[in-house]
Amino acid sequence: MRHGKYPFVIGFLAAPVTIYVVFVIAPYAQAFYMALTNWRGLSPGKFVGLENFQRLFTNDDAFWKALQHHGILLLALPLITIIIALFLAFMLNVGGGSQKGIMTGVWGSKFYRVVFFLPQVLAVAILGVLFQAIYRPDGSGMINSLITKAGLEPIGFLIEPKIALWSIIAVLVWQAVGFYVVLFSAGMSNIPKDIYEAAMLDGATRMSMFFRVTLPLLWDTLQVAWVYLGIAAFDAFAIVQTLSVDQGGPDGSTTVIGMEIYRNAFTYSKYGYASAMGVALFFLTITFAALSLRVSRRESVEM
Amino acid sequence: MSDNDLTRRTLLRRTAAAGLLATPAMGLLSACVTGGGEDEPADQAEGEKSAENPLGVDGKAPLEIVIFNGGYGEKYATDVHEPLYKAKFPEAQIKHSATQEIATTLQPRFAGGTPPDFVNNSGTKFMDFGTLIQDGQLQDLTELFAAPSVDDPAKKVSDTLVAGTIESGTYNGKPYVLNYVFTVYGLWYSEKLFKDKGWTVPATWADFTKLLDTIKAAGITPYAYAGKNAPYYQYLAILTSAAKLGGPDVLKNIDNLADGAWKAAAVKTAATQWAEIGAKYMDKSDEGLIHTEVQLKQNQGKVAFYPSGSWLEAEQAASTPEGFNYAVTPIPAADGATLATGLFATAGEPYFVSAKGTNPRGGMEYARQMLSKAGAKGFTELNKSLTSVAGAEEGITLSPGLTSASTVLKAAGTGIFSYRFDGWYKELDTELRTATNALMFGRETADQFCERMQKKADAIKADSSITKFTR
Repeated sequence: MRHGKYPFVIGFLAAPVTIYVVFVIAPYAQAFYMALTNWRGLSPGKFVGLENFQRLFTNDDAFWKALQHHGILLLALPLITIIIALFLAFMLNVGGGSQKGIMTGVWGSKFYRVVFFLPQVLAVAILGVLFQAIYRPDGSGMINSLITKAGLEPIGFLIEPKIALWSIIAVLVWQAVGFYVVLFSAGMSNIPKDIYEAAMLDGATRMSMFFRVTLPLLWDTLQVAWVYLGIAAFDAFAIVQTLSVDQGGPDGSTTVIGMEIYRNAFTYSKYGYASAMGVALFFLTITFAALSLRVSRRESVEM
Repeated sequence: MSDNDLTRRTLLRRTAAAGLLATPAMGLLSACVTGGGEDEPADQAEGEKSAENPLGVDGKAPLEIVIFNGGYGEKYATDVHEPLYKAKFPEAQIKHSATQEIATTLQPRFAGGTPPDFVNNSGTKFMDFGTLIQDGQLQDLTELFAAPSVDDPAKKVSDTLVAGTIESGTYNGKPYVLNYVFTVYGLWYSEKLFKDKGWTVPATWADFTKLLDTIKAAGITPYAYAGKNAPYYQYLAILTSAAKLGGPDVLKNIDNLADGAWKAAAVKTAATQWAEIGAKYMDKSDEGLIHTEVQLKQNQGKVAFYPSGSWLEAEQAASTPEGFNYAVTPIPAADGATLATGLFATAGEPYFVSAKGTNPRGGMEYARQMLSKAGAKGFTELNKSLTSVAGAEEGITLSPGLTSASTVLKAAGTGIFSYRFDGWYKELDTELRTATNALMFGRETADQFCERMQKKADAIKADSSITKFTR
């Protein structure tokens, strides 16, 4: 047995480590290098030091706009998604009250669970096409056909700079909620039944049961959700690319860093500069993840 | 600890060793992305020059053709142009391929030094010409244009083309690109709708706005373009107006990034006039639609005028009702215009020969065959589009839209103009799209429009990393 141990372990490790290094670590390293060049996609770029970063931070309005949008996304996406998902999960698991001493969901909760999860399995490209039809700004749009039938002016979901970003956030939330309903449901099923029973005996309403029992005992799961959604808030590229007017418009009001990277690399052929944006995004995501994990660790100790 | 015992630490050490082993692989990978391009050109085929073979093609050398499989398909290459080449050099082997994503497919091959010989660099994912030229990837086509033409050896190839064709593919004085399809731009409408309603095509700006009022009163959206993905159809209209007001030099200055080019009085007036059209005669929701959605509305009789190029009729063939009869009219000139009868028209659909390929002479000969009467006629028949070969459409029954385009083109005579900045400076193109939507949908004024475009043009001028062009 013991003789075969080394080859066995090495055999197992070599392949995944090699693949990981070649396909994950190496491209990262390459992007870091490329960010320091003015590579334009063909002949090797010249090394330009930190010029790309200097331009990025001092002279790129689109990048700063994108950063602001990530700020909004970072607050709005987790907050809205978690609130909706919590509410739905509570209704699906506890909302129906007690039957023979066991907490149950509202009537039909099994069916709703499938419905809520459905958006999660749709490919982003399909979502894009779907919401194009839903948001279409004239009378043939799904929402606007109702609005115009009611005799009101159609709403330009994606063409009014003030609401375009929120329309995009709504799609992201709609897509994400299903997954977090399932995550929170799993968390809730771990909460001991007797706590609810005790609360019921003390005459707690659903509202106070939610805030006094469910929420505190679900805190850890919530923090995981917050980190996941925060990282998702740094992406949003695919939805913006398929849905927004003029790729990140109108007037840059929905652009995100991913969109700017795409534009700089594939439209302007500024691969070096686009890599610099990629590196900036990398550090933003890492910083966010590290920060939120640090914060959440402290709070779970307080619990 | 026995020898065979695997501790956590040794395991980690070994993992690191495996990582080291993989490092050379990583070096190779970077080499293929950031390296290449500096290799010596491969052995290039060359044959004896003669009257029959003016470009000195090696008749046995294989030739690789890559076609953009978009609106024009690939049939014109496989059924018309490639047989022409094959007829001339029966021993040559033609390797044909077609793709919808030129850059994705070919960028690595150019970076790696094994490019195909002849490329139709088109579509939304085309490779940036400036970068290709800067890198020495494109063959100088001077020799091709100076060679005797296929149909009449007494005439040079350049003399068989519509004026402006070679200029449209010239970068800093050298012709690198062959633009094959000649496109006429203007306002497209349904001849039938106009006849039924008794509307006449406007000749002046005053007539134009008057007609738009009439159309509006008839319950039809007078004017539309697709803001979601095609604002450049509209900025072409704005700049056409500017060129008519101030002469074609207005566009030349914009192309050359001249100081204050965007603040010229002609540009400002044109922007003001068009902003008014946007405010009074457009449907706000069109900003959220893509070009085919707006074009469909026109086919359904809900939109009167639509700015576009002569590909429109073929693009909409499937959804155009019987008897719709597309027609085009030049964008009307404002009062006091310098160039009242001018027309925006240009050769487009770019093709190039790879300088670093194995058979650049074969590539040039292929282009010469494309520019023969037979080659051009075959293309027009298959694709219902005019080519850059003068008069090649004669003898073919043209569709209503194409007939209209060809009439307008003839009427314009020498008053043909166009711009180049959209291909030269993608940053400027992007900014202009955004600014055009802002102007036409009432978020910004003409002054802000000019201000913001000038700012972008100045920034590009100051950016040393962007290759500059002049004309």
